[in-house]
Formats: sequence, structure tokens, C-alpha cells
Amino acid sequence: MPTTYTNPRFPFRRPPELDGKGGSARVVIVGAGLVGLTFALDLARHGIASVVLDDDDTVSFGSRAICFAKRSLEIYDRLGLGQKLLDKGVTWKVGKVFFGSSLAYAFDLLPEQGHRMPAFINLQQYYVEEWLVEACMETGLVDLRWKSRVVSVDPRDDSVRLVVETPEGAYLLEAEWLAACDGARSSVREALGLPFVGQVFRDRFLIADVVLKTEVPFPAERWFWFDPPFHPGQSVLLHKQPDGVWRIDFQLGWEADPEEEKRPERVVPRIRAMLGKDVAFDLEWVSVYTFRCRRLEHFRHGRIFFVGDSAHQVSPFGARGGNGGIQDADNLAWKLAAVLKGTALEGLLDSYDAERIPASDENILHSTRATDFITPKTEAARAYRDAVLLLAREHAFARRMVNSGRLSLPHSYANSPLSTPDREAWAGGPAPGAPCVDAPLADGFLLNRLGNEPVLLRFGDTTTDSVPGLRTVTLPADGIAAERYAASAGTAYLVRPDQHVAARFQVPTLDRVVAALDRLWGRGNSEAAREAA
Amino acid sequence: MLDTTPKLADPDATFVTLVRAHHDLSPDESRRLDAALVLLLSNHIGDVTVLEQAIEQARRAVRAPTGATEDQGTPP
Repeated sequence: MPTTYTNPRFPFRRPPELDGKGGSARVVIVGAGLVGLTFALDLARHGIASVVLDDDDTVSFGSRAICFAKRSLEIYDRLGLGQKLLDKGVTWKVGKVFFGSSLAYAFDLLPEQGHRMPAFINLQQYYVEEWLVEACMETGLVDLRWKSRVVSVDPRDDSVRLVVETPEGAYLLEAEWLAACDGARSSVREALGLPFVGQVFRDRFLIADVVLKTEVPFPAERWFWFDPPFHPGQSVLLHKQPDGVWRIDFQLGWEADPEEEKRPERVVPRIRAMLGKDVAFDLEWVSVYTFRCRRLEHFRHGRIFFVGDSAHQVSPFGARGGNGGIQDADNLAWKLAAVLKGTALEGLLDSYDAERIPASDENILHSTRATDFITPKTEAARAYRDAVLLLAREHAFARRMVNSGRLSLPHSYANSPLSTPDREAWAGGPAPGAPCVDAPLADGFLLNRLGNEPVLLRFGDTTTDSVPGLRTVTLPADGIAAERYAASAGTAYLVRPDQHVAARFQVPTLDRVVAALDRLWGRGNSEAAREAA
Repeated sequence: MLDTTPKLADPDATFVTLVRAHHDLSPDESRRLDAALVLLLSNHIGDVTVLEQAIEQARRAVRAPTGATEDQGTPP
């Protein structure tokens, strides 16, 4: 059915293991999807080689993730793919919510100027995966093995032993570290027998991707309808994608028959009712889905990490699935690289759980609340929902309750063991654990100056000694960047390799910065230890 | 004077709290729960003028004609 994209086919290459060579790797990644490829590329950018195993021979097929959030775009910019995503994607930041046939409210996700990346772009997942494959190949550090299925997982103290099945036979592969990026139906998770429990939502949704053949004057915005005249009693979501493709998401209700609803005889009249008789279109993709919110109790199991959907699942409202997985990869890559290089001890890897489990819980909470708003479970819930939508037309307080999906924002690792709490009072700026805020500079954007190693971001001319092993970026003590960081002359931010804030100081002394850096690398809390002593 | 400025720190949590209050109740019980809530909050406010203003706003919202805004969400 898809006509706008042809999946590339990647050849199976006979691995050395089938001829009695090789047999071990420092990092093995299971799943060459969005998250696995992002993780492999991030590791490669840190100089770490990996073997990536995927049971298929192509990128994702059909309609999957489409909304890439600002933070994901910033991560891809750090990895060198940002511009490519911007060029192809449909940039948007305005969302509108309709109730019946009238506007309940509109929101702007990034009203402020001076950011390299927009609030969102819409882009089909397969494009991003295809570019990630290319970028991984270019590094020369990613050994991508297609048609390679993991059939057994044997976790040991010092390695993980995998049996990999290929078209030309099976082989044993010993991994020092294993990243399970193999999605919601993770075979690694199943092999370990880990419970993956949570809430199932009793509702069904129809995804119809259509290619419009008639020119339509329609803005690049996210439009969401509650109870529209063309689909009474249910909700509808509309997104614009590249290649003239429009994603329409129809709520169907739990009683709907998924097989019946997928038939073009059922789908086409629904779309025609929405778009009107005069708009010609082709169906690009149709599927019916249900969803659930759940997560693993732990994301690190010894030498095995669960990254992305293998670790947690959310509803699609809020675009927190793919974006959450990209943030997982962003969080783990620098830590694993530092341990493999000997910069940090293994204990640093526990902070993946400490940071990404609260992030996952935040995503699940927002996703659950949005789903409860969109799919009211009782008459009372529906009455409250409708009252919110009616009041929203006149009242700002009610607009804040309208929930058609709280769109993905990066998690702040506020209570992370790697963050050094503020000691001074701050009037604003990103707190320890929060992602760095972008700002325009005379010659580009702030985030592009940070790189993927720890960096000390300083404001104004300073005379303090530089810290060994720590790069310094100096910015003017006035201007937009200083404003966004609540900075004056002397202010310094210690920035993590994933561009989150580790610590910040109005009066940075060498001792304080070194202590914060030690803490960031998981080398114990020397500052607290000194205070205790 | 009825204050309609946004005051809730976490509006989504408030919404969930109100919806959960109805958990396990029959439709009749739900109606009475809402009435009891309004009576409790009316007493808490302790000002009939504010209550009358709230009633006026609520009736306006419920009786507002649909399709009355400038942007009607007409699909492409």
C-alpha cells in the first residue's frame, strides 16, 4: 500500500563467527530500530564500537513514529543528523483542539525565538532509521548484522552469551554489555522472563495515512477533535507529514472489530466524511491498534540494559514513545562509553535506572492522564471532560485541563545521584538535572558549542583556573544566553555529555567544580563526604 | 467576585481527582456526589454572589451554541 517510500533491503553478510573467528564484542545491541541505531551511533561518536543484530533486513515498515520533539532533534543535532531531519520534516509548534465544530483552544509549544530546533517536526520513522544506518556505516565502528535473530540469552557475571541464528547458520556471540533495543515485544526481555505489567486501555484507534491528490490550504499544525460532526462521539487527530502524507487517527471505541475496520470499504467513507467529497486521496497505510502503559521494574539487569519500548510502553498521545526511547539512548551512551574507556567506574551505569525510571514514570503518568481524558471510563468522567471543553472557550483555567496528549518534553534528572544540588539561590535558568536551554550566539547556537564531553559553560571574563580534563566554553555575561541561564559575570554551569546540567555555581571555585565533576562520573560524592567530615 | 484566573498548580491532577471521586458509583450516586461537592465548596466559599456568578458562567458554557467561534476546525 505505501507508495511514497520504498524500503531499502540490506544484504546479509556472513559474520566471521560462522568461520570460527571472532565470537566476542564489547557492546552488542539487539534491534536495529530507531532506538538501537541511535544508541549505536551515539556510542560510535564516543569512539565505541558495537555489533548490532536485527532479525529483519530493512528499516521500519509503514506508519510508526512521526512526531520528533525538540529534545530529540537536539540529540540528533549532536549526533550530526539534525539538519537532515529539519530539511525533510514538517516543522510545527501550534496545536488546536476542537469540541464539536468549534475551537476549544489553541496552544503554541515554542512561543520563544532563538532556538536552533523547533518544538516538533513530523517525519516518518523509516527516513530517520535509513539516515541512522548510513551514519552508523560511515563511522566504521558499527557492525550491522541483518537477518540475525537472537534465539537465546545467557547472562553471566562477566558477559552475556547469545546464540544468533542467521540464514547461513547459528553462532555464539559473547557480549561484555548488551543493550536490548528490540521493542515492545522484546525477545531479550522474554528470554529473561521479566514481568512487563501495566494498564491496558479499553479503546481502539484507526490509523489512516492518506496522500491527498487535491491541493489543500491547511497549516502545519496538530489538530485534535473531540466529538466532531464527521465522527460523532469519538476523537480524531490529524498530523501533516512529508511527501504529502496526512496521518489521521480515528478513535473507534472498544467494541469496534479491528479486522472489519481495516477494510477500505469502512475506512474510505470515514475519511470522506472528514475531508469532504471534493478532496481526492489515496490510502497509504491503514492499521487498528490498542495500547497500554507499562514498564519493567528495572532497566538495568547486570550487563543487560533495556532501552526504549523494550523497557516501557506508553499511548501515542503525547509522542512519548519514540522520543522517550531516544532520550534513553542519549542517557546511556555516554555512561557506557565512559565505563568502557575507564573514565568512570561501573557504578555509573546504575544511574541509568535512577534517571530513566522516573522519566519513564513521568511519560506513563502523562500518557495515562491523556488517555483517561480522551477515553472517559464513566458517564461522570465524560461529563467532566465535556464541561472542561465547554468552559475552555472562555476560561484559561479550563484550557489548562484540556488534555489531548501532553506533548513530549525532556525529563529533568532533578533527584539524580549525578546532580549536585544548588547551594545558591537562582532566579531562573536550567536547574541541575534539566537539559541545557538553547540560545542564539553571535556565531550560531549555544547547544552546538557543547559537544558530547563534560564542559564548563562560563559567563563573562573569568580569572579562575581551568579544571584539568574539562573543556571550557565562555559566553558573554549579557545577552539572551546569559538571561536564559540567569547568569552574571562569573556564573558557571557544569554540563554533562548528554547536555543536561550537572551543577551550577554563581561563585565557582576549583574545589566545587572538581567535586561536581567527580559526582557526575559517579566517583562517589566527595563534596558531601568532605562536608560530613 | 468570582476569580477565574488559573490557580491550580497541576490542572491534570485536579481533573483526575474529580473523575476518580466517581469511581464505583451508580449514575444516581454520581449526580448526588457532584451536588454534595458543590454544596461543600459553596459553604467553603461562603459568598452567595460568587456562587451566582459561577452559576452564570457554568450555564453559559453548557448552553453556548456550538459552531460559534471564528475557527470551526474545518478539515482540509
